[in-house]
Amino acid sequence: MAVVKLNAVGKTYPNGFEAVKPSSFTIADGEFVVLVGPSGCGKSTLLRMVAGLEEITAGTLNIGDREVNDVDPADRDIAMVFQNYALYPHMTVRKNIGYGLKNRGTTADTIEAKVQEAAKMLNLTELLDRKPSQLSGGQRQRVAMGRAVVRDPSLFLFDEPLSNLDAKLRNQMRIEIKALQRRLGVTSIYVTHDQVEAMTMADRIIVLNSGEIEQIGTPAEIYHSPASTFVASFMGAPPMNLIEARVEEGEIRVNGGASIGPAGRCPSGPIQLGVRPEDVELGGAGQTPFDISIVEELGAHRLLHGHLGGQPFTVHVGKEVAAAPGTTQIHLKPEALRLFDSQTGKAM
Amino acid sequence: MTEISQPLEKATTPKARRKPIKWSVVGDHTVLILGAILMVLPVFMVFATSSHDKIEIARNGMQFGFGDQLAVNYGKAMFEKGGFTDTVDGSLMLMNSLILGFGFAIGKIIISMMAAYAIVYFRLRFATLAFWVIFTTLLLPLEVRILPSYEAIQRLGMANTYSGLIIPLIASATGTFFFRQFFRSVPEELVEAARIDGAGPVKFFIDILVPLSRTMIAAIFIIMFVFGWNQYLWPTMITTEESMFTLVRGIKQITQGVIDSNDIPEFGQALALSIIAIIPPVLIVLFFQNWFVKGLTESDK
Amino acid sequence: MKRAGFTTIWLPVALLLPQLMIIAIFFYWPAGWAVQSSFYLQDPFGFGSTFVGLENYTDLGSNSEYLRIAWFTVIYTCLVTFFSLAIALLLAVKADKVIRSARTYRTLLMWVYAIAPPVAGFMGIMFFDQRTGPITDAFQVFGWDYKLGVNYTDTATAMVIAAVWKQIPVNFIFFLSGLQSIPRSVNEAAIIDNRSSTSRFWQVTFPLLAPTTFFLLIINITYALFDTFGIIDTLLKGEPGNNPMTLVYKVYLDGFRGNDLGGSSAQSVILMVLVLILTVFQFRLIERRIHYT
Repeated sequence: MAVVKLNAVGKTYPNGFEAVKPSSFTIADGEFVVLVGPSGCGKSTLLRMVAGLEEITAGTLNIGDREVNDVDPADRDIAMVFQNYALYPHMTVRKNIGYGLKNRGTTADTIEAKVQEAAKMLNLTELLDRKPSQLSGGQRQRVAMGRAVVRDPSLFLFDEPLSNLDAKLRNQMRIEIKALQRRLGVTSIYVTHDQVEAMTMADRIIVLNSGEIEQIGTPAEIYHSPASTFVASFMGAPPMNLIEARVEEGEIRVNGGASIGPAGRCPSGPIQLGVRPEDVELGGAGQTPFDISIVEELGAHRLLHGHLGGQPFTVHVGKEVAAAPGTTQIHLKPEALRLFDSQTGKAM
Repeated sequence: MTEISQPLEKATTPKARRKPIKWSVVGDHTVLILGAILMVLPVFMVFATSSHDKIEIARNGMQFGFGDQLAVNYGKAMFEKGGFTDTVDGSLMLMNSLILGFGFAIGKIIISMMAAYAIVYFRLRFATLAFWVIFTTLLLPLEVRILPSYEAIQRLGMANTYSGLIIPLIASATGTFFFRQFFRSVPEELVEAARIDGAGPVKFFIDILVPLSRTMIAAIFIIMFVFGWNQYLWPTMITTEESMFTLVRGIKQITQGVIDSNDIPEFGQALALSIIAIIPPVLIVLFFQNWFVKGLTESDK
Repeated sequence: MKRAGFTTIWLPVALLLPQLMIIAIFFYWPAGWAVQSSFYLQDPFGFGSTFVGLENYTDLGSNSEYLRIAWFTVIYTCLVTFFSLAIALLLAVKADKVIRSARTYRTLLMWVYAIAPPVAGFMGIMFFDQRTGPITDAFQVFGWDYKLGVNYTDTATAMVIAAVWKQIPVNFIFFLSGLQSIPRSVNEAAIIDNRSSTSRFWQVTFPLLAPTTFFLLIINITYALFDTFGIIDTLLKGEPGNNPMTLVYKVYLDGFRGNDLGGSSAQSVILMVLVLILTVFQFRLIERRIHYT
């Protein structure tokens, strides 16, 4: 168990490409942090730098009270779960799980005891003598987890561990991993491109884009107060509505229409207005016209796709709210409106 | 959870880290350079020495540097008639080698593609039998049945002909095996879609399968060309007339020349001829390296 | 066969015919003929032959020269296989590791593949010759009075070195491709699990390379037995005398120079059986190879 501290850690490849811009953050002891972003955003590179599989070209990395920049991966006291599990195909499940311990000079008896314990925890006891090729995807995933757990490391690293599983299994493993981490209390860094995984598993989310940190915060903070239009559109499904608007005399207007809400201390000029689809009410006090073109029936709720002031807009309503294509009046909750700079996309 | 240090404030200016020299990397490169020298130096020395005068070679041995006899030696190697009958020269042997290399590679590709197509794509009662009849030939290399094969060629009157040289070499299933493996990996839906689109077996083969196999054909062509070009035992037996000699076959004549003559042997000329025999297959392998490597490693799986 | 195969009859027959004909004439006929004549004794003056049963085979068993050649073939095959595999593996492991100029190394290490065995043999003569050979000079420095073509061991040394040199590229290409097909993450998992790169190699990389190694083992044995004919024939300058040679060379020698058709055929048949065993072995290993992935 350890605090992980990144101080301006960056990665520049020999060809000059800056995969990760100098980034700093601290992960508390026992915390579960998710690095999320689109592919190529540098999240995996960052994780691999923490693991020691990728050289750190700038800044310092501390795990516990050690600076580990030049420490061999095997000596960093970490365990990693890979996307394709990376099991040793020629070893049995038992040997796969025990391999890391064996190389650390643990006695055979202790290894066997620990392997048994980990296997029990992960429901692998019956599979211990099988080879990876005889296992299903979910079972392989468990073995990969077992290999990490058995080492009792001070830091878990997960590199998109669920992306090779089917949707159902993924939901199940998501909960299992989270529960396991809670129980063991090991500091964890988890990389994913799936925002649902990030939202549901993380204590804290770090959103990355083009090698740069866009925002760090709890899932609620990230969801409700995105720091930029990028975060707003990346997190949440359906994503936050983003429409071109103007601030005039302290009021937000779209296409010169009626005021949608107060702009607070925001200066006059063009802005990007963000509002989550569920922060919109149909009818009632509404005075903003919304053209519904498609109603997406999802059982528990409905998604209404259409246009607001000529721009694409989506509204999320409960199953009790009836809706049909055509124009209707909507009301945007003033406290849920988010304003972004129209140039930089940063929150205002 | 707590104490969130803000990422956007640059905590400290990133200190430039100087990379320590990694001795293991230096070691890796040393081994590779030594390996490269092992592979390249001998041939380089043959090339360098082939530009020297025979007397100098006899006196000083193999050379690292170039001499002034390059044009002379290569001219002699290519155009000076030699052999018992004084009819064979390097250019003629080069011609024969090219005929053998191309003839073998093209013949093999055509025949084995046809056979593989028949085996994979047709419902044929005796397909399995044909498969085994063909693939048993993988078991016995030409070297173990040279004598009877030679006998067969003699009886058919095919000694000292190009067809006698090339066709028996084609009688092994390597190419058919490669193409069979490849055809089997072609998605099943393709032939179904083609049939729905009204393509018959001939159209399907020409319009779809052959274009799909282009890389495979290229790879096999390279491997087969080199294989054919480098044939030695079979040409040695089947071509007794010097006008049929290939370069590789001619090497034996040269070495005998180097050994037997009481005079100083024509070292320079012999080395020059070796280089000429090396160049075409090497160039093909180098230019089409990726295809070649892919063909070699994937076809054997 | 494909699920939706065509049902025409005449076309596949026409497609198969050329291959089947060539095989019948140049494979089955000669092979059968070899088996048959291995049971006959050819009259030295060409007046027919007599059926002698297994005599040609039993003669070989008691022929001390043949046994000596067989024994040499075994040693030669082991040496060539071991050294060409070991050197190629070392080079492939290093080439797989380096990032800088990896492609250049690959090119430099593989192109010798295209050189014909007899050319390699002729190069062997030039490098080991007493007049011109720099390697002979180097041996002299160490007090080894090296005599190619005169001393049995000396000639054998040149044969082995030339054969190994010629075979390194093929092994290198296969090893490198084998190494590159090991998933990167498995190597990385091993890096996290094990500090020592040497023990990582033997415990993870080498076992994962086993299918490639077994496959190459067969390829190399076949190479040493058969494909080195050109190297040997050139190095011996057509004058075998008392020099070392392999079984295939002996078949050629007895059949063509000695006109001992029956004996030579019996030797051919023995080699056929040997290859057959190797191939069966290889097919079983190919099954195992699929098992891993």
